Amino acid sequence: MKRQSTGLALALFAGVMLAFSASNAFAYRVFISNEKENTISVIDSETLELIHTIKTGNRPRGIILGNEGKWVIVCVSDDNKLQVFDTQTYELVKDLPSGPDPELPILHTSGNPLYVSNEDDNLVTVVDIFENRIITDIPVGVEPEGMGMSPDGKWLVNTSETTNMAHFIDTESLKVVDNVLVDSRPRVAEFTPDGKEVWVSAEIGGTVTVIATDSREVLAKINFEIQGITKDAIQPVGVRISSDGKKAFVALGPANRVAVVDVATREVERYLLVGQRVWNLGFTPDEKLLFTTNGTSNDVSVIDVASLKVTKSIRVGRYPWGVVAAPN
Amino acid sequence: MRIYAGPAPRPARSVLCRPNPSFLKGFSLVVACAVVMTGVAFPVHAGEGAAPPPAQAAPSETQAPAAEAKTDDVLKIRILMAREIQEDRLPPLSLLDIPPPDDGLAGARLGIEDNNTTGRFLKQEFLLDTVENANADELVAEVSKKVDEGFPFVVADARPETLLKLADALKDKDAVVFNVGSPDETLREENCRVNVKHTAPSRTMLADALAQYLAWKQWRNWLLVVGPTPEDKAFADALKRAATRFGLKIVDERLFEYEPGSRRADGGFEQIQQQIPSFMQGAPDHDVVVVADEGELFAEYFPYRTWISRPVVGSAGLYPTTWHPAVELWGGTQFQNRFQRLAKRQMRPIDYNAWTAVRSVGEAASRTNSSDAKTLIDYMRSDKFDLAAFKGQKLTYRSWNGQLRQPIFITTPKIHVTVSPQPGFLHEFSELDTLGVDRPETKCTAFQ
Repeated sequence: MKRQSTGLALALFAGVMLAFSASNAFAYRVFISNEKENTISVIDSETLELIHTIKTGNRPRGIILGNEGKWVIVCVSDDNKLQVFDTQTYELVKDLPSGPDPELPILHTSGNPLYVSNEDDNLVTVVDIFENRIITDIPVGVEPEGMGMSPDGKWLVNTSETTNMAHFIDTESLKVVDNVLVDSRPRVAEFTPDGKEVWVSAEIGGTVTVIATDSREVLAKINFEIQGITKDAIQPVGVRISSDGKKAFVALGPANRVAVVDVATREVERYLLVGQRVWNLGFTPDEKLLFTTNGTSNDVSVIDVASLKVTKSIRVGRYPWGVVAAPN
Repeated sequence: MRIYAGPAPRPARSVLCRPNPSFLKGFSLVVACAVVMTGVAFPVHAGEGAAPPPAQAAPSETQAPAAEAKTDDVLKIRILMAREIQEDRLPPLSLLDIPPPDDGLAGARLGIEDNNTTGRFLKQEFLLDTVENANADELVAEVSKKVDEGFPFVVADARPETLLKLADALKDKDAVVFNVGSPDETLREENCRVNVKHTAPSRTMLADALAQYLAWKQWRNWLLVVGPTPEDKAFADALKRAATRFGLKIVDERLFEYEPGSRRADGGFEQIQQQIPSFMQGAPDHDVVVVADEGELFAEYFPYRTWISRPVVGSAGLYPTTWHPAVELWGGTQFQNRFQRLAKRQMRPIDYNAWTAVRSVGEAASRTNSSDAKTLIDYMRSDKFDLAAFKGQKLTYRSWNGQLRQPIFITTPKIHVTVSPQPGFLHEFSELDTLGVDRPETKCTAFQ
C-alpha cells in the first residue's frame, strides 16, 4: 500500500515536473485572510494566481492549518469564534469556540489543542479542535496577541500588546510560568527551530527581542534602520524563521519592507521592498517562497527565498491580514 | 443617529437629576430630568457620549485592586486625580456634549486597571485617589497634602492658573503633574514648569493638525470666525499661526459677539437661522469657514447656516482632537470596549489624556521595576521612555517642554476623517513635531 502510493507520488511528481519543467516549486494553496472583506483569498503558489475566494465570518485575522493540513482555521474576530474550512473543497467544516475577539491561533505540536489569544478579555483560550470545546482559559496581560509554540511542544509564548510582555506558558500545567518585558506593543512570537530562542516583535517599540527559552533572559534586541524612512514608521510585526534556522524575515509594517536577518549574528542583511503596511508572513511548505500580507495596498508580495528577490505582487481582498500555505 | 435607549427603568430622579459637579447650571439639569420623567428615550450621539452619569464617581475614593492578600514585596504606586470644578463654565450648546461627572476620572481608572493587569506580573499595585474642589487654593493645598502622604503622580484637570499654582507648590517635592485638560500654550512655553507634563495637546498642535489637512485638501482660503472669550482668541491665534506656517490664507476674520443667555430657550432656531447667514454675508470668497469657539457655545450654530455653502471646521463640523469614541484604528476597538465596560459610557478626550498620564507612570514603573517617585520621573524624562497608546506609533514627551507628542484625529462628531500629521509634512527628527511649537521656536527654558 505504502509502496503503491509512493509509486503514484513519483508518477505524479514526474508528471508535474514535465508539465512545469521550468518551475522550482510544487503548487501549494496559499490562504490569505482579508480583514475588511470577510474573505479568504486562495492563491496557487505555482501560477501565483488567485484561484478561489472563500466567504468567511466577520473580520478574519489569524489563520493556520489544522488536522494534518486538511483544515484551514481562521479567527473571525468580530464573531467571537474560529471557523474551520476544508483546504481542498473550501467548504465550511465547522465553527470552533473562542473567547471574545480572537486574534491569533496556534496548535500544539501534537496537532491539538489549539491556543488562541482573545484581544478583548486578557485571556488565552485553550480549545479542543476535534471535540469543539473550550478546555480552559489562561489569564495573561492586556490585549493578548502573538502566539509562539516551542518545537518540543513544552512552551507556549503569548505576547500582550498593552502589557508589553511575553508570557511563557507551560503547556502541561497551562499556567503562566514567567513573564519577560519587551518593547512596546509586542505582536508576534516565533521560536527558532532548535527551540533555544524566541523572537518577539514590538510594533511600537520598533524592535525584535531575542529571548532565551530556558533562562528567559533577553539575549539581544534587533533594531532596524532604513534610509529615508523615519524610525516611527518602522513597526515590526510578522516574524518567520526558516527551518534550517539560518534566516529570519521580519515584516516592518508601514515601512513597507521585510527585513532579512541572519539568525546567528542577528544582523540585518537587507531590506526587501514589498506592499504597504506589511504585517504577516508565510512560507510555502518547501520554504522556496515567502508571502507577505500588505494591509493597505490590498495585495500580497511574493519573495523568492533563495535569491531574496520580490518577484510578484498579487491582488487579494481588502486589508489582507494573515497567511498560511497548505500542501496541494 | 443612534438612539441610546437609556438605562433600565429605575427611580431615575436620584441619578439623572443629581447635581452635576462640573455644571451647576440649573437649566441643563431641568432638561435632563424632564426627559426622564416624560419617559422619552435619552438620546446619545454616537460621537460624544452624554450617557447618564454613573452612580459612583464619589470623590476621594481609593480604588483597591482585586487582590486581597498582599505580600510585603508588592510595590505600591499611588496616583492622584485632581479636578478643579469649574462652576462658572457654561454648559456646551448641545446636550450631547455635556461632560459626564467622571469626565477624565474614568480614563484614569482605566489606566489604573491596565497598569494593574501588567502589575500583577511584576508585583506592582497601582492605586488611585481623587480630590475635587472648586476653590483653586484649597485644591492646591489638598493635593500638596496628598503628595506628602505618598501620591507623587498628580493627574490634573484644572485651569491654567491653577495648574501653575499646583506646579509651584510641588516644586521642591519628587512629584509630577500631568496636565490632562488644558490646551493653554503659555503652560508649555513662557510659563512652562519642569514638573509638569502635558498629555493634553496644545492649541498649536490642534490648529496645526487641522491646518495640515486643509492644506492637503487645498482648502486654502479661510474665513475665520472668532468668539469673544480669551480662549477663543488664543485658539484663533493658533489657527492664524498654522495658516501662515502651511501657506494658507485668512481672507477675512469676524468676531462673533454674543451674550450667552439661557443656553437653550424653548425654540431659538427661528432667530439663529436668520442671524448666522446675515453675520456671514458679504465675505470674500473662501473655501472653508474656520470657527474658534473653545467653550462650545456657538460654533455648532454655523454648519448648514452659512451664507454660501462652505464646510465649517475648527470648533464645529470638522475638528481636531486627541480622542474620539468611534476610533477603532490601531487596536482601538479593544481599548474603547474596555472603557465602555468600566465607565458605562463612551471615552472622551480628557479620559484619553488621563489614561495616557496614568499609563505613562505604569510604563515607567514596569520598565524600571520601581515604585520610587524620582526613579519613575527620571525615566519618563529620559529618551528611553515611550508609550503605546492606540495611535499607530510610539508617543514620547518633548524634552524641551514636557508636551506629549501624538497624532491628532481630524474628525466629524460621528467618525474620524483623517489623522495628522499629514503625508508630506516632513521633519528632521519626528513628523509629530510638525504639530505645535517646535524646539527651535520654544520659549520654554525651565528644562534646560
